[in-house]
Amino acid sequence: MSSVLYDVPGPRARRRNRLLTALCTLALLAVGLYVYRRFDARGQWDAAKWQPFGTAGLWRDFIIPGLVQTLSAAAAGMVLALAFGVVFAVARLSDRWWLRVPAGAAVEFCRAVPLLLMIFFVFYGLPFVIEAPVPAFWAVVTGLTLYNGSVLAEAFRAGINAVPRGQSEAAYAIGMRKGQVLRYVLVPQAARAMLPVIVSQLVVLLKDTALGYIIAYPELLERGVNEVAANHGNVVAAALVAGALYICVNGGLTLFAGWLERRTRRSGRTTARPVRVPDAPTAAV
Amino acid sequence: MRLSRTLAVLTGLALALGFSGACGGGSGGGSGGSGPAQTGVVGKAQQSRKLVIGVKADQPGLGLQTGSRYEGFDIEIAKIVAKDLGVDESGIEWKTTTTPNREAFIQQGTVDLVVATYTINDERKKKVSFAGPYYVAGQDLLVKTDNADITGPEALDGKKVCSVTGSTPAKRIQTEHPKAHLQLFDAYSKCVEALGQGSVDAVTTDDIILAGYAAQPQFAGKFKVVGKPFSTEPYGIGLKKGDKSSCEKINAILTAAASDGRYKAAWDATLGRSGKPAPTLDTSKLTSCE
Amino acid sequence: MHVFSDPANRAVYLSSFLLILKLTGAAGVIALVFGVVLAAMRVSPVPVLRGFGTAWVNVFRNTPLTLIIFFCYFGLFVNLGVTYSDDDIDLNNFWLGVTGLAAYTAAFVCETVRSGINTVPAGQADAARALGMTFGQTLRLVVLPQATRSVVAPFGSILIALAKNATIVGTIGVLESASVMRQLINDNGDAVIPIFLVFAGTFVALLVPTGYLFGWLAKRLAVRR
Repeated sequence: MSSVLYDVPGPRARRRNRLLTALCTLALLAVGLYVYRRFDARGQWDAAKWQPFGTAGLWRDFIIPGLVQTLSAAAAGMVLALAFGVVFAVARLSDRWWLRVPAGAAVEFCRAVPLLLMIFFVFYGLPFVIEAPVPAFWAVVTGLTLYNGSVLAEAFRAGINAVPRGQSEAAYAIGMRKGQVLRYVLVPQAARAMLPVIVSQLVVLLKDTALGYIIAYPELLERGVNEVAANHGNVVAAALVAGALYICVNGGLTLFAGWLERRTRRSGRTTARPVRVPDAPTAAV
Repeated sequence: MRLSRTLAVLTGLALALGFSGACGGGSGGGSGGSGPAQTGVVGKAQQSRKLVIGVKADQPGLGLQTGSRYEGFDIEIAKIVAKDLGVDESGIEWKTTTTPNREAFIQQGTVDLVVATYTINDERKKKVSFAGPYYVAGQDLLVKTDNADITGPEALDGKKVCSVTGSTPAKRIQTEHPKAHLQLFDAYSKCVEALGQGSVDAVTTDDIILAGYAAQPQFAGKFKVVGKPFSTEPYGIGLKKGDKSSCEKINAILTAAASDGRYKAAWDATLGRSGKPAPTLDTSKLTSCE
Repeated sequence: MHVFSDPANRAVYLSSFLLILKLTGAAGVIALVFGVVLAAMRVSPVPVLRGFGTAWVNVFRNTPLTLIIFFCYFGLFVNLGVTYSDDDIDLNNFWLGVTGLAAYTAAFVCETVRSGINTVPAGQADAARALGMTFGQTLRLVVLPQATRSVVAPFGSILIALAKNATIVGTIGVLESASVMRQLINDNGDAVIPIFLVFAGTFVALLVPTGYLFGWLAKRLAVRR
């Protein structure tokens, strides 16, 4: 489509493009140089700040454990969110209003409340109510489950609705009940189309685990930035390293999601069109 | 009908999973929980030879996590107390606590004791009990070495001061020096970085914590503690409210450590390395364990 | 409910939500403008601009917002000296937060606009070029008007996500709803559930109707092909 927006460049267009390219490159380089020099003036590129990252000890004691905690919270959150999503999607598709309406209300509620608010409530508030401790891990995972579970519930609903009507009509025609239609016809086909959505939701989950550091859950930001900085005084350097790690992990997952989407479209094992839930690609924290 | 039954079972399972996850996970964290408070910390130490102690992980000299170990004055005091309660160093599980969640951790049983630059004050006494104090610090200011205007808290009007959310020093600035501009972060390391780059004029917390940061090799010569403490911050050992017997036992341990030299040894091994001589523990000021 | 009969608590509750609304509004407008610019960069014939747009989107979509807000304070403000207000820390932090939110949200706006551009049938752009329109004219007169009508629904969810993300600005000391709620819970341990319900309920009351509004708008503005 984008190549349709402009013609194959003629000599004047080529000249203009080259001029624009040169100007933009110069502008970007100037900004980059400025940032580099200002950071340098503040001593952010000092060897003392970056040298700890060359030692294996730092990685072994701070960054890797932090990363492991991040990934385990994300994994637990993903499993529970999937379960939550399936249950509530089926409930919202039910013919019985007393299942459909409360499920709908719960999903809308969980999607509207900020994740940080939910985490704060579970971590600081719930213990006053149930008079038992709530470890930071479960506070983070509960919040993640409720929010991402509701997004997935909506996605599953859209996925099931994306299977062409002919499939379910044929199933009813041969006498299947609603439960059987769901189980044997709709969900298997929808599930294959849902895989890319699930993986991109995993990216969102991983980013959301970063909120755990606010309640001192020892994930990457808490261990890799706060504690490393307390030891070596290199807050900005540590944050840059943590950011790079996040970009690598999430970028990898996004590429995987894209590959999955291409494979699903090609495999032809499902009649459902690959679903892009309106929320999923734009779902932020 | 089969669908609704399966659905009901599934929903029930999911709910049970969710709730057990939220609540049951707690049993893994805190072993004190809502169990018999009569035996309390002392009882637990004797029976299981294990204790969970909450400490700070980002305060050099007092409680700092350096790789796989925790080091600092608070850690040494905690080890002394645990030893006399019958728990070896290997039986101690250290848990990182941050300023805003110390009371919550004690109340919920996530930790048995808190030795984390924990200032005793009336508001906290409503929620937890305190043994000690084992050290008396004072709120002070950390400024750049060449800063001559900030000589004390009265000079803070219009200046930018940094502290940590929910800490006593932050609250004191808010109530007693409202004309100062308060910047809040979640960790002191960020405050110190901001101070080093000049975006805040001072960092405020207990003088001993400030000294710990100023003494770190990467900050050598850059900062100075103003040296005019404007409050008294008695550091206590936090434990579950009402656990009077354990509290009295801990006070007895502190008294013993003060007289047989272990207190001084703990100081010399950690904060004493900055050259400051060991303070004497005033055993007459120990709490009455209300 | 005694917590909210205290006027001081009521005042801080209201001011925190006002902050959230202001953050959302300011960041939303900036993100919209910048997001469209980014999208134009990504489809432009200049390779450097395309690369910059792609890099921006990839960096900001894969980094947690907490880190981005952190870099706004420590990178932009502390190291680069980008200061919005010399004296007023709160105002400075507010605008630093807006910058971070806008930069983050613009990446999502860009992707949405791009997919919106892709929903416009290629024939439309073909016909525009056959008539001799330039890149700018094609975009402005033919493609974007149709594209914007199909992106209304995703924009709604971006706005809702932005309002929720505004709570993260609390990590640099801005007193928004989540920080205020945490403080109130810690000070009033006996009224935890009412406090949570009030704060959560306010968000629900603000955001659920917004979602329905955008859904209705999308249906009304949908391009009938």
